[in-house]
Amino acid sequence: MNETIRQQLEKEILEYVAMEFLEDDDDIDLVPDTPLISGGIVDSFSMVSLKRFLEKKYRISIPDAQATPEAFDSVNNIIHLLETFI
Amino acid sequence: MYNIGSYEERLKNFDWNIAKKDLGILDRSTWNIGELCSDRICRMGHGSRVAMYWEGHGGKTATYTFDELRIHSNGFAHLLRNTLDIQPGERVYVFMDKMPELYFAFLGILKAGCIVSPLFSAFQEDSLLTRLSDGEASAVITTPKFVKRIRKLLPRMPYIKHIVVTNDLTGYSPQEKEIVHQVDRVHVAHFESFQADPETPSILHYTSGTTGKPKGAQHVHDSVLSQYLTTKWILDLRPDDVYWCTADPGWVTGTSYGIIGPWCTGVTQVVFEAGFRPRAWYEILEKYGVTVWYTAPTAIRMLMREGDEIVREFDLSKLRHLCSVGEPLNAEAVIWSEKVFKKAYHDTWWQTETGSIMIANYPGIKIKPGSMGKPIPGITAAVLDPATYTEVPEGETGLLALKPGWPSMFRSYRRNPLVYEDKFRNGWYITGDRSRIDREGYFWFVGRDDDVINTAGHLVSPFEIESALLEHEAVAESAAIGIPDPINMEVVKAFVALKPAFDPSDDLSLKIMNFIRKKLSPLAMPQEIEFVDSLPKTRSGKIMRRVLRAQETGEPIGDLSTLEND
Repeated sequence: MNETIRQQLEKEILEYVAMEFLEDDDDIDLVPDTPLISGGIVDSFSMVSLKRFLEKKYRISIPDAQATPEAFDSVNNIIHLLETFI
Repeated sequence: MYNIGSYEERLKNFDWNIAKKDLGILDRSTWNIGELCSDRICRMGHGSRVAMYWEGHGGKTATYTFDELRIHSNGFAHLLRNTLDIQPGERVYVFMDKMPELYFAFLGILKAGCIVSPLFSAFQEDSLLTRLSDGEASAVITTPKFVKRIRKLLPRMPYIKHIVVTNDLTGYSPQEKEIVHQVDRVHVAHFESFQADPETPSILHYTSGTTGKPKGAQHVHDSVLSQYLTTKWILDLRPDDVYWCTADPGWVTGTSYGIIGPWCTGVTQVVFEAGFRPRAWYEILEKYGVTVWYTAPTAIRMLMREGDEIVREFDLSKLRHLCSVGEPLNAEAVIWSEKVFKKAYHDTWWQTETGSIMIANYPGIKIKPGSMGKPIPGITAAVLDPATYTEVPEGETGLLALKPGWPSMFRSYRRNPLVYEDKFRNGWYITGDRSRIDREGYFWFVGRDDDVINTAGHLVSPFEIESALLEHEAVAESAAIGIPDPINMEVVKAFVALKPAFDPSDDLSLKIMNFIRKKLSPLAMPQEIEFVDSLPKTRSGKIMRRVLRAQETGEPIGDLSTLEND
């Protein structure tokens, strides 16, 4: 994955997480390393909708076995996971 | 030797006074759960014992002794009674993550004689409003992170007198009705706890049914007898244990066995704020030397999915007793735990209404993997014929029922006497589950007797989801059912008929999922949405969820004589 694509993914996923999982007046500084699951921003049930977004947006299918809390714990981790599909 | 000793002897000689004697209240007609969990332990000379090892997001840690638990809960009790003039019997809700303040506030509210209702921190607007309105909350104790959700609802909740904001107040500015409470700046050395009659209301937990809004199951201070004895006999807790209950106090397991049970027994417990991650959980078990672990089948199945190798990276040699609750524990999970932990999970069965464990694989029982176990001493359980409410022969499936009268049994559904009365038939409390009993007296879970969805051990109402779905601009009609899931037992699937101006698409599906997640909670979010032209209904217009369920599982559809347009 080249740097341009990586930056594009980072931007799109950060925007989606901010829009769907943060409240308007949250003062969380969301960056690629921000812990999502272990930081309490995304819970394990909501991972399903995040996974669905990624699959729809990037026209991929992520096997359930790879959609682990660790793999979704930061935008960087998610991009690392996506590298195997894109 | 386990605390329970001989199960057969306990059955023969059972008396709830065993719990009263151990708790030092044999000759008393009043007591207080909050006091029993903190002051009493200190009076016994254990004030310096660790009550809570807390580990929060980002590796933050804190340790609190029983004396600190006593003082900090006194602080909340004093605030409510003496500063805010909240009277005994008024409802005080707690809405925050698994912060130390949640635990202090919970006991403090009880000490003040108020009714405590903990709210699951993932609840969103509709779920919060339903519960706060039903209970006519006098006060909410929350944190800066969550107060924003309460503020949005405040105009619709005129009964709220105060919002207490606690925890890290960096950047926080109080608004209407808000008062701050920082536990480390308040030292209330003594608080005279409200002396509660055993029937005095204590905890209000909301639970979902097939129809209507969530119902508030009202418990009383008498419950501590059941909670104490089951903690001692079924979880087998002892003074030198380090115990970890992974449940959130927004649910009954998180209060009965995440607060009351361990602390009225004087046992050290671990509270881990962050959600489920296999490596983090194993780290907690190792780091704190957890000896007794009470968790959920969903979490166990997720650990199984991570494999055996990761377990071997950790020293879990101190673990001595494993229990589970929430939904049936499949036989494979029991076999797996024997392989990797060298110990079997002991599954337990109970529900919000029962307030404590009713049927269990108690310590020392010969475990039949997949079984619920046997009724605990003091509890009479049976399987009934759904038509006659009399006991069915051995091996036949029927309604799981309990003989009323144990101390932790709920006393009412708040403001819902008819639904409460409907739970009792022919002298039995009807649990809503179906089961069977084998020739050795083991109970086996068969399924729910209604449309309630059990996802990861949490009951979700299809009615609530369907009502919320109808508020989405694209949805004309909908039905929600639980479909089998290898990890969560069931997940929510919604069938949606769209209004004419809308077309099915993946994008719309995701939007509807997120709509429900933000309106109700992540638990209620459909994990799958199927767009349909119409839904199967009876001639009177009632959606036939069982037809949809049968289509999903391939089971027989049953009687379709009432189906519309059949």
